[in-house]
Amino acid sequence: MAPSIHAPRTRPAVSSGLGKAPTGIRGFDEITGGGLPRGRASLVTGGPGAGKTLFGLEFLARGAQDYDEPGVLLAFEESAAELADDVASLGLDLAGLEASGDLVVDACRVDATDFVTTGEFDLDGLFIRLSAAVQATGARRVVLDTIEVLFGALDNEAVVRAEFSRLLRWLKDQGLTTLITGERGREGQLTRYGIEEYVSDCVIVLDHRMHDEIATRRLRIVKYRGSGHGTNEYPFLVTDRGLMVWPITSTQLTYPVSTDRISLGVPRLDEMLTGGVHRGSTVLITGTAGTGKTTLAAAAVDAACARGEPALFVSFEESPDQLVRNMRSVGIDLGRWVDAGLLRLWGQRATAFGLESHLAAIERLLDETTPAIAVLDAVGSLTHVGAQSEVTAAVAREVDMMKSRGITGVLTSLSHEGQAETSSVDASSLIDTWLLLRNVESDGERNRLLFVIKSRGTAHSNQVREFILTDHGAELLDVSVGPRGVLTGSARMAQVAEERAAEAEQSAELERRRLALARRSAEVEAQIAVLREQLATETAALDRLVAEESRGGDARAAVRATLARRRQGGRDAPPPAGREG
Amino acid sequence: MEPAGGAHGNRADDPLEVYELRLYLAGHSPKSVRAVENLRRTCEEHLAGRYRIELVDLLENPQLARGDEIIAVPTLVRKLPQPVRKIIGDLSDTEKLLVGLQLRPAGGGP
Repeated sequence: MAPSIHAPRTRPAVSSGLGKAPTGIRGFDEITGGGLPRGRASLVTGGPGAGKTLFGLEFLARGAQDYDEPGVLLAFEESAAELADDVASLGLDLAGLEASGDLVVDACRVDATDFVTTGEFDLDGLFIRLSAAVQATGARRVVLDTIEVLFGALDNEAVVRAEFSRLLRWLKDQGLTTLITGERGREGQLTRYGIEEYVSDCVIVLDHRMHDEIATRRLRIVKYRGSGHGTNEYPFLVTDRGLMVWPITSTQLTYPVSTDRISLGVPRLDEMLTGGVHRGSTVLITGTAGTGKTTLAAAAVDAACARGEPALFVSFEESPDQLVRNMRSVGIDLGRWVDAGLLRLWGQRATAFGLESHLAAIERLLDETTPAIAVLDAVGSLTHVGAQSEVTAAVAREVDMMKSRGITGVLTSLSHEGQAETSSVDASSLIDTWLLLRNVESDGERNRLLFVIKSRGTAHSNQVREFILTDHGAELLDVSVGPRGVLTGSARMAQVAEERAAEAEQSAELERRRLALARRSAEVEAQIAVLREQLATETAALDRLVAEESRGGDARAAVRATLARRRQGGRDAPPPAGREG
Repeated sequence: MEPAGGAHGNRADDPLEVYELRLYLAGHSPKSVRAVENLRRTCEEHLAGRYRIELVDLLENPQLARGDEIIAVPTLVRKLPQPVRKIIGDLSDTEKLLVGLQLRPAGGGP
């Protein structure tokens, strides 16, 4: 039976049902809701080179370093020196932790050729070593790496099984959070000797496989008793700052948000976005080759630096010098910001390293530079180094890194002709503002158009603009919308000229008509005058007649009066003048 | 005088070779007791006068387990002659014990 074990030095075993021991492995604690089950045994299994040992070592080292939980490692496969080298590459100081008494690394190499078994035995030697180490450090964590070696080395499997199960019981009684590594078995078995039967609380599978000729690592939680957990396969990386598991998208959408808007350096673009983009949001610029993605991104950086804000420009396609030169040709002088210490340019071909080191490099740059705005140009280049799904996950992680730090992100991505509204990196759901640049070919020239496809939280313009690169920066122009569709470049100018000519012609015609009308109206006026004259003549004639008539009446009356007088003289006077007529 | 002999040489014939043996035990369990008895008997029969046995109780000296990388008990370690050999178990199978101590070639007859 196991020797008497004294209580651990530092703290009592935690007996609460579902306590979790944080691993300190970035991303892993997120997807498990806190880490490994405290006081219980977990199994991490995988093929050769999957990262099992590193997982265990980081769990121990972070525990000792960050969570005040000393640990013990029993290593059956590698020597202490080899292990120290392994984790040194993760930035963990195993020797330092050992020296301070927070960690014991006990390498018990078991080589089947070293010994013979004869008769009954048990594994008390192992128990004694383990308990001595646990007591010496007051350990709360234990890693057994890889205990399966014992099954192969000791030819009495029944004994090993019984002892293994006794060991797990003992570890549990001690309240030790234990991680056991296992070698993946054939034909889909989780472990070669079926030790997952004994470890029922939490089983993690690591996978290292070739996908599209690119080595990728995945992590999956097969089982986690009594706890919710992410069930996806998560890509994970071995970086020089430890392991990193990427939740596919940020599981926690708890970024601080800003209502502050910042300029993208092109005034009319800011107008289209009702004043720019939100600080800390992410802008994706997609477009086919040569549409000006990099220039647009550089304009945003230029504007940020002009406001005195630090910026980072990561280019996977151009060297810093080349970038500065090329941007100068369109009137954007990035060199002065570099000299002023505001802008950090960093260029490296994406193919120079794998996705893993890529992400680590980006994160380090973001931490070192603490920029207000960061450009990644172009994220699509990553597809050369990772399979599509990994690249998407990597981009998601980058967006996440920037958002969680409140950094405004500008990502450019090459899209291909005919699929303009899909980005070569399918990250559109992660980004807040999506600008699409498109080349339009007509009349023997190519012209650039800019669309705002989306912009969260912004009443953005639905208009398309012509995007031109001048020697004093990028500019947006209204496009002409004529009967033949949207016109750009010389067609736009021709259209404008045509419109002007048509306008001129129209006004001439109007003038002609106005003159004709005036003429006609003068004619009519003249006719009216003639008629009026005639009328006046006739009226005058009539008046004369009337006048004559009245004069005639008077004369007759005078005649009658004369006659009457004459009749009064003699009755033989002639008849009255009225009869004369 | 015979040459030092290869790894598979039959050392039992070399009367000058001294066997330095260390037996790791955990307390006084029946297995421990049997292992000690079996070892003493075999040594008397095959190595009379030229062996030394050291008994190590890991319950008393747990730190000693690390030096010889002891996992199982009982474990018999042949410190001398070189190379170091380990024999795990209560040593009840004398033939295997002799093979393990290289007092008899592996696969040798009775």
